[in-house]
Amino acid sequence: MFDSLSEKLESVFKKLRGQGLMTEDNIKDALREVRLALLEADVNFKVVKDFVESVRTKAIGVEVLGSLSPGQQIIRIVHDELVLVMGGGSDNALDLAAKPPVALMMVGLQGAGKTTTCGKLGRHLKGLKRRPLLVPADVYRPAAIDQLTTVGRQLGLEVFNSSADQKPVDICIAAMKYAELNGYDTVILDTAGRHQIDDFLMNELAEIKAATQPREILFVADAMTGQEAVNVAVGFNELLDITGVILTKLDGDAKGGAALSIKAVTGKPVKFVGLGEKLDALEVFHPDRLVSRILGMGDVLSLVEKAQSVFDEKEAARLQQKLKKNQFDLEDFLAQMQQIRKMGSMESIMGMIPGMGKMMKQMKGAQPSEKDMVRIEAIIRSMTPGERANHGIINGSRRLRIAKGSGTSVPEVNQLLKRFTEAQKVVKQLQKLGPKGLLKGMGGLGKGMLPFG
Amino acid sequence: MEQVTKGFFRGLMDKIGVTSQPDDAPPSESEEQLQQAAVVADVQEKPKGEPGFFERLKQGLKKTTDGLVGRIDTLVLGKKVIDAETLEELEEILITSDIGVKTTVELIRTLEQRLGRNELKDGAALRAALKEEILARLVAHHQVLDMTGSRPFVLLVIGVNGVGKTTTIGKLASRYSADGRKVLLAAADTFRAAAAEQLESWGSRSGVDVIRHKEGADPSAVVFDACKAAVARQVDILIVDTAGRLHTKVNLMEEMKKIRRVIDREIPGAPHETLLVVDAATGQNAISQARLFKDAAGVTGIALTKLDGTAKGGIVVAVSHEFALPVRYIGVGESIDDLRDFNPQEFTDALFQA
Repeated sequence: MFDSLSEKLESVFKKLRGQGLMTEDNIKDALREVRLALLEADVNFKVVKDFVESVRTKAIGVEVLGSLSPGQQIIRIVHDELVLVMGGGSDNALDLAAKPPVALMMVGLQGAGKTTTCGKLGRHLKGLKRRPLLVPADVYRPAAIDQLTTVGRQLGLEVFNSSADQKPVDICIAAMKYAELNGYDTVILDTAGRHQIDDFLMNELAEIKAATQPREILFVADAMTGQEAVNVAVGFNELLDITGVILTKLDGDAKGGAALSIKAVTGKPVKFVGLGEKLDALEVFHPDRLVSRILGMGDVLSLVEKAQSVFDEKEAARLQQKLKKNQFDLEDFLAQMQQIRKMGSMESIMGMIPGMGKMMKQMKGAQPSEKDMVRIEAIIRSMTPGERANHGIINGSRRLRIAKGSGTSVPEVNQLLKRFTEAQKVVKQLQKLGPKGLLKGMGGLGKGMLPFG
Repeated sequence: MEQVTKGFFRGLMDKIGVTSQPDDAPPSESEEQLQQAAVVADVQEKPKGEPGFFERLKQGLKKTTDGLVGRIDTLVLGKKVIDAETLEELEEILITSDIGVKTTVELIRTLEQRLGRNELKDGAALRAALKEEILARLVAHHQVLDMTGSRPFVLLVIGVNGVGKTTTIGKLASRYSADGRKVLLAAADTFRAAAAEQLESWGSRSGVDVIRHKEGADPSAVVFDACKAAVARQVDILIVDTAGRLHTKVNLMEEMKKIRRVIDREIPGAPHETLLVVDAATGQNAISQARLFKDAAGVTGIALTKLDGTAKGGIVVAVSHEFALPVRYIGVGESIDDLRDFNPQEFTDALFQA
């Protein structure tokens, strides 16, 4: 794993301390790190070159401030510049202002996620009080039509009835007519995946465009795409003049630098991001969040959202009550551990918290393996309710019984109990900090709340 | 952006030259049979790497060449002296060819050492050395998949969403059944809408049976049935299709471990091969995919898909080298016979053909 950009810049800038101004000379190494970080995030090399150039111009002559380290200053410039490139604050809502039915066309490479995104978009539009019609126009991939039909059924959306022996253009024309007659105000055209150099299929897209006059042509791009993103986006844009981009599969650990490249070379805004396989996992794009992700600066907002998505609200409320009364017991400890587990690996969680990069390294090796988790669960499950509520009563013979019951050993039980006592202390401290201390407490969570570290 | 545009048009022209047949039109019944016959003839004639293929791969890789080698040539050819700056630029070129940071740094270090021993006199020598080093890294782990060891031979196919798992399986099934082996497919992607239908459609094209359940069923249950059926019907090869999953999703990775456990319990020692399918357009994330899938699912081979576009196959070098994984197959198109054995020499040759 690569270190985050901020850490690397810190080390580069150690020698810069005490110098008054940033000059061509002393930021050279830093810019190299910026360049590598962007390349590592799959931003296209030409885009990187231009970008680093503009950062250089901005950075030279900037005073090295006392309160900020030079590294932080560069990061700041890079961050702001990136947000600017990504079109920070610009309106990226869908343009549906036309006489209904309005056509939306989805285009992209094979496997980018067009069909799934069609469904998500249909759901989104339904939420906007529109009446969308899904149109499967992918007659090439086996069962692609079935896929959209199924998605439509799951969402309660109507799917146009097409079959694989029709011509895609004919399907689209017929669908527009059908929509007009039946009162659908928005038509989402799901086209087949294709390479931008396949002129046979690309011409087909041009024909569909001419026939349906879509208000939006959305280029669906996989967040994991590498340097190739630029070639593909330029190819589609030249022929079709796309109106926007949807970045999919951003729920993985890809940095999504491709979005930056696409925006930079086509000038077309990213309108939505796909964040999961469930049909509600579509979100309006936030440039600043993606930028933080590219720079490895941590993404607190996404973390909070992720936490919200897995934490059971009732459970959380119950836990809060218990915390208030200082009754955090082994049962809660287990519940919490399981919830954290649901959020993904510790590494990915830590990666989202700013400044945790370093800590992550220290924790390496001390991290809970899946196996440890299972053992801890087994140990707690082997306790009686009484023991779980009050671990003070667990004496020697109880320990032996628990160890036997869980297939572990007494030292392991002892270790868990010790960790738990420490966790309880952290919880008490958290109480004192109040809600404001929550973030600080998250640091503590890594160390003390879990039975390792 | 001039270069990008130029590359695009050149790619377009290449494509016109290569694809005279509308290869994406859905094959009709008779065409299908013809195709199958062609596959059979193909395989019987010469099992791998028939003449047309090298040309084809080269065409497919032409774009990669434009990117990687074109730039390397501009950088090094005609250069009398190789200095640190040249290497630094070379490093950037390699990283931007999706070769991956770690592998790139290592390649550059090796070149530096050779430079230090005065082995590299000029640009051409540097280029040759680079080619040699890349080839060496691909050859080191290269191994053709041997499916004769056990019966049924279980092939588990995994990967993130949308890389072409089902399509690859369709091609594999056609190829092996054309080879005269009895193949059975298991539709263990019960999550994505119509995934089983897609697999069935491939299966019917090559006359291969598919074991499937209803959508939303437990994939392990499908696998269980498939294993039972594979043994009962005495098939040679069982290919298991799984749902695409992002490698960072803990619960989905757990699900995959369970699938593996079920397979191993029903057919001891299986799966004999776990094939990770990687999209050629993937960037640095492929490294992370390979790492996590290898940890969780014990990947034993790579299939690289969608090489018929303009995508660079650069990641193969990184993934194969960093994780000691052999590249087994490459996908070079959408029709049923567009799956080939990976050949490092040809791949590297094509990569460096200006």
